[in-house]
Amino acid sequence: MLVNLSGLKSVGLEHFLIIGAILFSLGIYAVVTRKNAIMVLMGIELILNSANINFIAFSKYSTADLSGHLAAIFVIILAAAEAAIAIAIVLNIYKNFLTINIDEIDNLKR
Amino acid sequence: MSLFDVAFYVLAFITVGSAIVVVSSRNIIYSAFALLFTFFGVAGLYVLLNADFIAVTQVLIYVGGILVLIIFGVMLTTKVFDVPVKTETLHVGPAIVVTGAIMGTLFGVILKTKWFDILNVQWDGTTKKIGERLMTDFLLPFEVASVVLLVALLGAVIIARRERVKS
Repeated sequence: MLVNLSGLKSVGLEHFLIIGAILFSLGIYAVVTRKNAIMVLMGIELILNSANINFIAFSKYSTADLSGHLAAIFVIILAAAEAAIAIAIVLNIYKNFLTINIDEIDNLKR
Repeated sequence: MSLFDVAFYVLAFITVGSAIVVVSSRNIIYSAFALLFTFFGVAGLYVLLNADFIAVTQVLIYVGGILVLIIFGVMLTTKVFDVPVKTETLHVGPAIVVTGAIMGTLFGVILKTKWFDILNVQWDGTTKKIGERLMTDFLLPFEVASVVLLVALLGAVIIARRERVKS
């Protein structure tokens, strides 16, 4: 509804920020509700993508230099490293517990 | 509506719609493949924002690297043939309330703030400028990022290949 209201203007900075906000909220929802560790990882990727959209939108509309692009590049680099390590940890958890449901891996609680 | 607006709404629909499929699908394989369309939609939004290098990097690294890694993780950790690859959820109601509140707050902030957005520059090719910035202002973060990548890849290999101790 809000998107429709602001759609009366031509597409500008707010539209990209709203796409970023929607992706961020969906990523938080996936991180909070899913039991599967890989789904949590997908939620984190959605959150990082929303941050990148905001960086690049501000870089085009507000600062007019490429600092936002550089920040986005470093976010992508760290996302790649984070995904590699997270998948390695998930595979190790699966090897030890035969499940990757994050609510069943509670050995520290017992 | 200009062509730019039409392209924006099509890409935004693809991105948000497939992201909703990602977070709501019960089947993790469907989620992984919907994530593909989300990444492509975000790459299209980068193209609309004159970020050609970032768009290509997005397709190369996210779609070519991270998504393949995620699909491999799905294949290696779900018993595809024994049980259906369903994933369970928990606390759906409170999560919807909390994330709805977060989204509403963000919308309010975004729509109420007077953004400084009068510049709207049009670059003709950002790759050369990004390379110059990487070799001058951002040289130290660039080198640190290379070390981080090296350490992360070595650590991932070591973690994934460790033999399980038979007790």
